[in-house]
Amino acid sequence: MKILIATLVAVWAIASPAQAEESVRVFNAWARASVLASRPGAAYLTIKSASDDTLIGASTPVAERVMIHAIEKDGDVSRMKHIETLELLAGERITLAPGGMHLMLMALQDKLREGTTFPMTLSFEAAGEITVEVSVLGIAAEGPRETAE
Amino acid sequence: MTPTKTTQLGRIRFSLWILVAAAVLALGGAYFVRTIGVREPPPVTVGEADVRSEFSLTDHNGNHVTEADFLGRWQLVFFGFTHCPDICPTTLAFMANVLDRFGDEVERVAPIFITVDPTRDTPEVMAEYVQAFHPKLVGLTGSEAEVAAAAQSFRVYYERMEEETAPDGYLMAHSGHIYLMTTEGRFEDVFREGEQSAADMAADILARMNGKQ
Repeated sequence: MKILIATLVAVWAIASPAQAEESVRVFNAWARASVLASRPGAAYLTIKSASDDTLIGASTPVAERVMIHAIEKDGDVSRMKHIETLELLAGERITLAPGGMHLMLMALQDKLREGTTFPMTLSFEAAGEITVEVSVLGIAAEGPRETAE
Repeated sequence: MTPTKTTQLGRIRFSLWILVAAAVLALGGAYFVRTIGVREPPPVTVGEADVRSEFSLTDHNGNHVTEADFLGRWQLVFFGFTHCPDICPTTLAFMANVLDRFGDEVERVAPIFITVDPTRDTPEVMAEYVQAFHPKLVGLTGSEAEVAAAAQSFRVYYERMEEETAPDGYLMAHSGHIYLMTTEGRFEDVFREGEQSAADMAADILARMNGKQ
């Protein structure tokens, strides 16, 4: 029994710091290659948080500003809606994808060119800042194939 | 009354009863079908929808065009704007994907992108924009009034939404449908990106093109 408890404590001790680091995971970050540098770009990604958290902002050196957009469908009409923060529920995956939620990249420094990557920093209320590398895919891309978590 | 007549009357009477029985069965059957809700096919919209391809606009090469320039080809029409970060490029890329599946038949199709933001979407901007998606894609713009008239004929809704953080302080909201119009510029159907694969949409349109011509 003592051995079992010791083992559990040891496992817990090893597992918990790792869990804390991994509380928010951001993956499959990608952007669509842009046609004109003067037009906004869009980036997409998947976020999963182990505990409740909130995405409070995003930034990237390639654009002046990043806005979180949701799409509101009103019958046939789609309206983009600027949302300030995005709530993350523990264990629930949120995927930003074409035709739905996206990060709008405003005032791009240059066209987003296929095959390149750029860094983007996401700020979370609890988890702090996480920087991911965003892959620029072709103009017709629908997204990277789902990768196993 | 001769026995023959009796037999004849009997036959007539018998036939009448058969008819009554058939009628009862038919009505009862119909009633039964309705009551238990056997699935009827969904209502099909047929006939001339009040959606027409009528416009007087400027193409991305700076030429004045009307619907007459596209008659004889099946039109695929989408309204959007180039400052649109998500739905427009997604839909135009999807349209390009559909076009690529037509093979040589693509010559029978006129893919058209009409801007709802003509102030910023000049023919020069449209040229660079549409060519990035597909060499066959035609970009159309015009004055505010010309664009409004074109949208009206397609029954397309759009509106300007003030959004101070957006470029130039506004965004456009617009319907996201791709209109399929016949070779005479009449309404055939609408499609939406994400509701079927590009392959299925191309196959559907090809079947209509070949079935109706």
